[in-house]
Amino acid sequence: MNRRTFRKIKNGAFLALSMIATSAGLACLAAILWTLISHGIAGMSWRIFTQMTPPPGGKGGLLNALYGSATMTLLGILVGSPIGVLAGTYLAEYDRDSRLSVTVRFINDVLLSAPSIIIGLFIYEIVVVHMGHFSAIAGALSLAVLAIPVTLRTTEDMLNLVPIGMKDSSAALGAYPWRTILSILYPAARSGIVTGLLLAVARISGETAPLLFTALNNQFWSTNLNAPMANLPVVIFQFALSPYKDWQELAWAGALIITVTILILSISARVLLALLQAKGGSGK
Amino acid sequence: MAIIDPRHAAKQLIYERIFRSATLTAAILVLLLLGGVAVSLVRGSWPALSHFRFAFVTREIWNPVTDEFGALAPIYGTVVTSLIAMAIAVPTGFGIALFLTELCPPLLKRPIGVAVELLAAVPSIIFGIWGLFVLAPVLQRHVQPWLIDHAAAIPGIDKLFMGPPYGIGILTAGFVLAIMVLPFIAATVRDVFDTVPPMLKESGYGLGATTWEVIWNVVVPHSRVGIVGGVMLGLGRALGETMAVTFVIGNAHRISSSLLAPGTTISSSIANEFTEAVGDLYTSSLIALGLLLFFITFSVIAAAQAMLRRLERRALLAL
Repeated sequence: MNRRTFRKIKNGAFLALSMIATSAGLACLAAILWTLISHGIAGMSWRIFTQMTPPPGGKGGLLNALYGSATMTLLGILVGSPIGVLAGTYLAEYDRDSRLSVTVRFINDVLLSAPSIIIGLFIYEIVVVHMGHFSAIAGALSLAVLAIPVTLRTTEDMLNLVPIGMKDSSAALGAYPWRTILSILYPAARSGIVTGLLLAVARISGETAPLLFTALNNQFWSTNLNAPMANLPVVIFQFALSPYKDWQELAWAGALIITVTILILSISARVLLALLQAKGGSGK
Repeated sequence: MAIIDPRHAAKQLIYERIFRSATLTAAILVLLLLGGVAVSLVRGSWPALSHFRFAFVTREIWNPVTDEFGALAPIYGTVVTSLIAMAIAVPTGFGIALFLTELCPPLLKRPIGVAVELLAAVPSIIFGIWGLFVLAPVLQRHVQPWLIDHAAAIPGIDKLFMGPPYGIGILTAGFVLAIMVLPFIAATVRDVFDTVPPMLKESGYGLGATTWEVIWNVVVPHSRVGIVGGVMLGLGRALGETMAVTFVIGNAHRISSSLLAPGTTISSSIANEFTEAVGDLYTSSLIALGLLLFFITFSVIAAAQAMLRRLERRALLAL
């Protein structure tokens, strides 16, 4: 075999391997979605949205878990995203290169990939231990901590995309930076910031580990923020590992609901971003 | 004619100060958050650490009844499952990145890229139940018996694949982790590959190199730092991943030579036992596990970020 054929064969072999790798990755996504749909549809019914989680062996739904998840996610975003947006604004508009900003940016990237169970332990130590009991507030706070890095990162990136001319024009009219930021930059970067919020919701609504020992779980309907609250991920965790068939079916139905919600959120975030880029591209 | 009202100007200045300090406070809060995590974990784990001292990380025993705790088994499980995951996910992720940047028809580039990114958005608990109910039975029936039969003949390797095929265990956890970190590695490596100036690649092709030769001799050397950064980012995820592992690891606090045996990881021990832990020493030992995990993942992620940052700066200079 001459050198040329050898090189051709080697090239073909590696390219084939890369195609196999890609198909394997896509196959995993397809397999997971297929399992979720086939198992989840079986457990789907109106009861899911109208009844509470049942005791072992009984029929029931996921209403309290859905309510708890929605409440804590919403609270988490309400607390976490303003901090993320403001900090992102500071990094993008007030202070780009000081030692403080560089450190904050670095720490934020670390927090972005830090294990969520650590955040759960942190909130347990500072909230649950002091309050003396598990509560929805603690759960929402741990989700807020997870939402901050996502919103900070996207806000900073999106503010950086706003054309500098807009900022200069506002400054030339005599506006202070706060006025420029609130009246010019935020509206200009609005869909970008909304994308960040969607990504943050997608990130925190499926989190299980930090809720295990902050919000815990609750088998009953509860709107009390100062008490343990049911939530979808922990219910899925508990029900899937149980030996009861009804519970397992509910777990699959819950898994399908949560995955579909998160996939819709991430796809809409992507679409928003694509629209934004298309607009920015034609504007230049 | 515009007349500047001094009272108006003063008010503007006050608003400016308020807004600026609000943003500054938020930025400092992010710093405090990480500090707060470290301090609260050290405080929470103090009883266990001062009681067991250094033996905490060198002993395998984990006995809630006699209040004796050692972290060696979870540390071992965390490291081994992550290594298995990386051994599978790094070549696969590299292959996906190569396919997306060099081979993929432009029409498919975006859909496949988005599909890979969507895999990253799937919550870890979903990987957990999928691993337990779908992957584990398949491994138990088809893959593990084959491994046991074929490994028995090879001395050295046979110890790794001994014992009954449980389905769940260290190997299965490594598999699930591999699927979880795959999209992170693939996406980062793809982005890094994209930073290679086209002119460099074209020069390679101009000299008559094959696609693989351009990748291996031009693209990879140029983006080495970024690839290592992406791989370490994936490693950071794998080390700290909780729910997916908790479902399939089997939660057994012991170290066995066989990869088919059930084991435990730092994060799955915490997830499984924390709410049921009775007694200060037990709880504190679990928080000490959390502290260990914090230090391990923090150093890995920080190193990864530092590397990726270096690459970004270089890419800016090249522009």
